[in-house]
Amino acid sequence: MSDLTSLTVAGALSKLKTREISPVDLVQAYAKKLEENKKYNAFVTLVVDDALAKAKDAEQKYLNNTNRRLEGIPLGVKDLFCTKGIRTTACSHILDNFVPPYESTVTQNLLDDGALFLGKLNMDEFAMGGSNETSYFGPVVNPWSKDVPLVAGGSSGGSAAAVAAELCAAATASDTGGSIREPSAFCGVTGIKPTYGRCSRYGIIAFASSLDQAGPICKDVTDCALLLNSMAGYDPKDSTSSKRDIPDFSSFIGQDIKGLKVGVPLEYRPDGLNPEIASYWDSAAQILKDCGAEIVNISLPHTKYALPAYYVIAPAEVSSNLARYDGVRYGLRIEGNNLDNLYISTRSEGFGTEVKRRILIGTYVLSAGYYDAYYLKAQKVRRLIKNDFDNAFQKCDVILTPTSPVEPFAIGDTKMLENPINMYLNDIFTVSVNLAGLPAMSLPIGLSHNGLPLGMQLIGRAFDEATIFKTAYHLERGANFVRM
Amino acid sequence: MSEYVIETEKGKWEIVCGLEIHCQIISKSKIFSGAPAEFGDDANENVSFVDAAMPGMLPTLNEECVHQAIKTGLGLNAVINKYSVFSRKNYFYADSPQGYQITQFEHPIVGEGKITVDLSDGSSKDIRIERLHIEQDAAKSIHDLNPTKSYIDFNRCGVGLMEIVTKPDFRSPEEVGAFLRKLRSILRYLGTCDGNMDEGSMRCDASISVRPLGSTELRQRAEVKNVNSVKFAMQAIDSEAHRQVEIYESGGNILQQTCRFDPTTGGTKFLRFKEFSDDYRYFPEPDLPPLILSDELINKIKDELVELPDAKKSRFVNQLGLTPYDAAVICENKEVADFFETAAHGRDAKKVANWLMGDFFAMLKKKNLEIAQSPVSAENLGKLVDLITHDVISGKIAKDVFEIMAETSENPEKIVEEKGLKQVTDTSAIEAIIDSVIASNPDNVASYRAGKVNLLGWFVGQVIKRSQGKANPALVNKLLKEKL
Repeated sequence: MSDLTSLTVAGALSKLKTREISPVDLVQAYAKKLEENKKYNAFVTLVVDDALAKAKDAEQKYLNNTNRRLEGIPLGVKDLFCTKGIRTTACSHILDNFVPPYESTVTQNLLDDGALFLGKLNMDEFAMGGSNETSYFGPVVNPWSKDVPLVAGGSSGGSAAAVAAELCAAATASDTGGSIREPSAFCGVTGIKPTYGRCSRYGIIAFASSLDQAGPICKDVTDCALLLNSMAGYDPKDSTSSKRDIPDFSSFIGQDIKGLKVGVPLEYRPDGLNPEIASYWDSAAQILKDCGAEIVNISLPHTKYALPAYYVIAPAEVSSNLARYDGVRYGLRIEGNNLDNLYISTRSEGFGTEVKRRILIGTYVLSAGYYDAYYLKAQKVRRLIKNDFDNAFQKCDVILTPTSPVEPFAIGDTKMLENPINMYLNDIFTVSVNLAGLPAMSLPIGLSHNGLPLGMQLIGRAFDEATIFKTAYHLERGANFVRM
Repeated sequence: MSEYVIETEKGKWEIVCGLEIHCQIISKSKIFSGAPAEFGDDANENVSFVDAAMPGMLPTLNEECVHQAIKTGLGLNAVINKYSVFSRKNYFYADSPQGYQITQFEHPIVGEGKITVDLSDGSSKDIRIERLHIEQDAAKSIHDLNPTKSYIDFNRCGVGLMEIVTKPDFRSPEEVGAFLRKLRSILRYLGTCDGNMDEGSMRCDASISVRPLGSTELRQRAEVKNVNSVKFAMQAIDSEAHRQVEIYESGGNILQQTCRFDPTTGGTKFLRFKEFSDDYRYFPEPDLPPLILSDELINKIKDELVELPDAKKSRFVNQLGLTPYDAAVICENKEVADFFETAAHGRDAKKVANWLMGDFFAMLKKKNLEIAQSPVSAENLGKLVDLITHDVISGKIAKDVFEIMAETSENPEKIVEEKGLKQVTDTSAIEAIIDSVIASNPDNVASYRAGKVNLLGWFVGQVIKRSQGKANPALVNKLLKEKL
């Protein structure tokens, strides 16, 4: 039975349609796998019984041919997505036992297409972190770990690890500065952050509203297209969601890329870039070249300002978005003898160190007298970074870069924990994309000499996920990466 | 120009005052959520997940509130900004579940405008409007239900507000009073705010400073918060100005501060110094895109605008011949103006105005009724004036008829008919009465004929009395002179 869990979504769907397998078989196979693999700490809440009950309905739908496009596919949901009746905590102590009475639009879209939820996935607290170590439920263990437990990346560490370890067919995730792509790279799976506005943010616990975007983490490129087809869409409940038509992303899988211009930004190859990563980057370019694409050198001159700008804008929004967690209406409450003490006690106890750090940074950069020097300047940098991409896309159709400058590191790595800047530097190839609101995918390219997965990133024009899917499919074939 | 000078033994002072008025927008639902914007329901009845700032909830702009703001801007003769931006004003308090208020900061929807106010000395003055912006109202804290707890009613939380800010153009409490009444009148004409200060749907904060008469300096100001009637606003400004003069004259200084008006003492009460007040850390609201208005929309609203009090007033003066004072009184309230126009249609408008402002208003006041509840309809008031104009009844009988109308809501023609109150204009009938009066008062006849001509009035009175008031006084006069 356990080989059922190795099926991709597309693979499972075709076997379900021919009734070779049933949704119940599929859920039972994942249930068994989940039972055996608690060591990864990928899930923080399980609702397998519920999934089983729904699998029976799904089975009926296949029998009477009323099956929808993801009927009976067992998914994991990042704990950032509010799920009606299922505990949702953003892996923060402050949302202890919060059970939303509503469903996020993205998960509702998946439910409407017949998907089943196995449970909620571990993540960095409020999606703030690059290693899943800030979770109130403890770090996720990278399934590729050998002797030492390694991080799964963050913030969607649970999503990436669960897909890599085949604990769910695919997972929802979210990406504010790299939170889909970095863990995908670390766990050897494929994830896409679509264009800002493609997926509704309604019901997704906000981290940084102008940067947050939902997307899937899957076993391969084809599955990403299937999942994104379901997740994306205009939503009147999110004023920043886009009304643009959504093409059938699956239709681009397999299209040829002859004459496609692939840009390689020179600023992403600093002196001292990990030579192994640099070499995989070159071979990725060669794969695409061999498929008929043209490699062009491009420049994104303001890249070096992206990280500082990101770490001003994101915390600024955090400081405001997280103000609602005050102990009054839901979640954790630590009583105080007056209102201020209730706030202070609840928030002091409820938030972890990294979240507090970002609230403090954000509060500082928005303060009178500092706003112009930090927040306003960062917004100007953001504009310049967007212009950089606009200019680059005059010369190319898609951009190829590594996803992360490092391979998965050990849980509790002192270098990362002692100085948060070192952790932030891991986002160096991913944050610009969020600042510019562009779509980008990470897919596995190969293993490091330590036997750990490394990822490549494809960045597209705004609302041109199609070209990413087209290109990624060829890169995936050429890399011929073997999943765990 | 009305002169308001605070004169002491030491010198003459004038006040400089500006207002900020919060006006609750009349709309079906709240400004950023679908919850009803209704009042009078049980506490916490009208609260959506957005209003309660549940995790992952997003604001969506209610277009009706935008239209109301545009309408109001046009009513204030103000510039409508086609580009405006929502911002977050961050603060922690129990009435603000999000931890911030969504408002407009740098780019309000309405720019500069003006309102002309009429003053008691017959002069008028333009008060400049600096801006109008839209924002959400806070919840209502209730502190007096429990000695140790406060309660919050979220029904008001998220109701749309228009904040109207004036330039510091006020030089007297009278100007402030006239402005508030005029503003309220305009808002009610437009149907954008009900303007009930005592119920809090229109709330006024005043910034007050004083300076030596003739000087142009602007001194430190005190802000008086939440004054809930026009009368209190005038009192608050007057007493705060006197307080400041006293401090300056005793060698003191005014620090920027916030006060509260205390209706029981008629004075202002110190609340806090401004220098210690919160830093609101405004920044653009990332959940809402900038608000872009089209010329089409603005023009459509302009075309649908009702006639405003100033335009109506000048029409009543120029076309209907009312005095400016009468026209101003009638036009302050749209229902009154509409009632008047119906009653005056095709008649002598001045006579109708006299009846309206005399017996009619007195009747409403005595019965404590709004004009909409009047037992005397506009049509019937007009008919009553017709009966006088056409000499069917005398003015004196008309007052009796009006009293019956006020009790029975009857048509005056019917009352006159049924009660036989028609004026007698038959010469022979009147002559007969005159003859009998002359016959029964030989002494007075003799006196009159001896030269005491002022006895004529007595004779007229006797004749009318014997006719039970129905004899036409002019006719009686003429015939009496002849007979005597």
